[in-house]
Amino acid sequence: MAEKTLMKGNEALAEAAIRSGCKCFFGYPITPQTEISAYLSKRMPKVGGTFLQAESEVAAINMVYGCASSGIRCMTSSSSPGISLKTEGISYIAGADLPCVIINVQRGGPGLGGIQPSQSDYWQVTHALGHGDFHALVYAPASVQEMADYVSKAFDMADKYRMPAVILADGLLGQMMEPVCFPDTEIKMSDASNKPWATNGHGHKRPHNIVNSLYLKPDQLEDIVRDRFERYEEVKANHSEAVVDYCDDADVVVVAYGSTARLAKSAVEQARKQGIKVGIVRPVTLWPFPVQQIKDACKNAKKVLVVEMSMGQMIDDVKLAIECSKPVHFYGRTGGVIPKPAEILAEIKKLGGNL
Amino acid sequence: MQIKKVNVITGHYGSGKTNFAVNLALDAAKRGERVTVVDLDIVNPYFRTADFEQLFADNDIRLIVPTYANSNLDIPALNFDLASIVRQEGLVIVDVGGDDEGAKALGRYAHCLEGTDMQMLYVVNRFRYLTKEPEEALELMYLIEQASSLKCTGIVNNSNLGCDTDIDTVNTGIPYGQAVAEKAGLPLVCVCVNRSLDVKADDNIYPIDIYVKKLWE
Repeated sequence: MAEKTLMKGNEALAEAAIRSGCKCFFGYPITPQTEISAYLSKRMPKVGGTFLQAESEVAAINMVYGCASSGIRCMTSSSSPGISLKTEGISYIAGADLPCVIINVQRGGPGLGGIQPSQSDYWQVTHALGHGDFHALVYAPASVQEMADYVSKAFDMADKYRMPAVILADGLLGQMMEPVCFPDTEIKMSDASNKPWATNGHGHKRPHNIVNSLYLKPDQLEDIVRDRFERYEEVKANHSEAVVDYCDDADVVVVAYGSTARLAKSAVEQARKQGIKVGIVRPVTLWPFPVQQIKDACKNAKKVLVVEMSMGQMIDDVKLAIECSKPVHFYGRTGGVIPKPAEILAEIKKLGGNL
Repeated sequence: MQIKKVNVITGHYGSGKTNFAVNLALDAAKRGERVTVVDLDIVNPYFRTADFEQLFADNDIRLIVPTYANSNLDIPALNFDLASIVRQEGLVIVDVGGDDEGAKALGRYAHCLEGTDMQMLYVVNRFRYLTKEPEEALELMYLIEQASSLKCTGIVNNSNLGCDTDIDTVNTGIPYGQAVAEKAGLPLVCVCVNRSLDVKADDNIYPIDIYVKKLWE
């Protein structure tokens, strides 16, 4: 096993991209994710890749569109307002069935908002990452190690299902430092060898490939969208992930993702020490949402508590997952304010105390 | 570890500069010194000395931060007069932003520090990415010196793996710190060791507490 190093979440995302064969990075700086760009600007030239600071977020995502068409692994990153700018390009990428990885290190919103951590882009990333009928894979890591691991997974899954994959982090995960370990494998830049659809030059050996998202005939467009949604069903059936802790005998189940899950888990463990039967489910994939895992974890619970760094967005998906079979409560802080474990513990006690 | 009138803390971002600066400040205050901490970090809005306002206030430590730090005005303005601060009674600890980018802000004040009883400490961590080799750490030190127009006077070995730090971590870091100091031609001022690790104290060990923490720790 390789040696542990101490890295910021943002650095781990960047290094993991290189180790996943990401050959091209297109970005534009914005707090709190700028270390991704800064790191890749230093590292990419050393490993034979390309780092390009675009003139805007819109330019960067369209460079990803072009690069992904050629079958090369590529990535862009931004924080909340910058992701809003990219959404048109993301929709085109989804409409052209191209793989890529997009990182969102969320900050407070709406508008320019703030620069402290937030989870208020949940609705955007899971329900409306651009116009039209489409989905992106969404991974929500909760540690610096997971930031590294899920970048690699995101690239693989994006390639497999030919769809954009998003790493949804937040300023806290991006800026904090934790020990991280990378596997001892050789760094190998990706090529288009296993992508027969790529527009990388036919060399008079095959018909030319076309990458496009424009279909003016309604029937044809409907067929293409329906095909895509069949693939989404396969993803939903096989690739949802969640981590479940202490739920077997739990009266109250807490649902939280990303850094909030770390805070909530600390509160859950304190509550357990005080004899309160409480468990926690952490969705790791936000799309596909881990419906079955949440349903199973909440089976014996009397109440559910959703904790988010927002005014309450994932809570709707939790209610749907358990088919509104029991009361779902909410605790959240927003605007860049981080919910403290003590506050979450107080909420758990409120629910646990009057079952 | 010997403390001077002015103590400038520099290093790779994430090397543990801020935590070290907070320890120095609290220890000096406990000895009855008058202490002023100057937060010169205009690069990073997260995990900085400006976050320790209350802790410093409780310990009678004066904190000077960039005027608009943690405010609504997104302007990294440095409009305090370091020259007058260093002429006042008491110790000054300057927490500089990470890397050469962060050290640029220090360059503006270099002339105020000339001729004072000062030391500029370069904090290193064997386990930080991009400075794992002594040569890499040295290269960054030269960049920081260039950006700040000041010379480092000593090395602080703060090799750690965050929450995973144990005795092995400390021992693995020791030859690294020595190598950096030797290659730089500078004294190794101290080796920081988490007080909870219960390492036998000697002249070179500086026991530290962890103040820069995650909320769930």
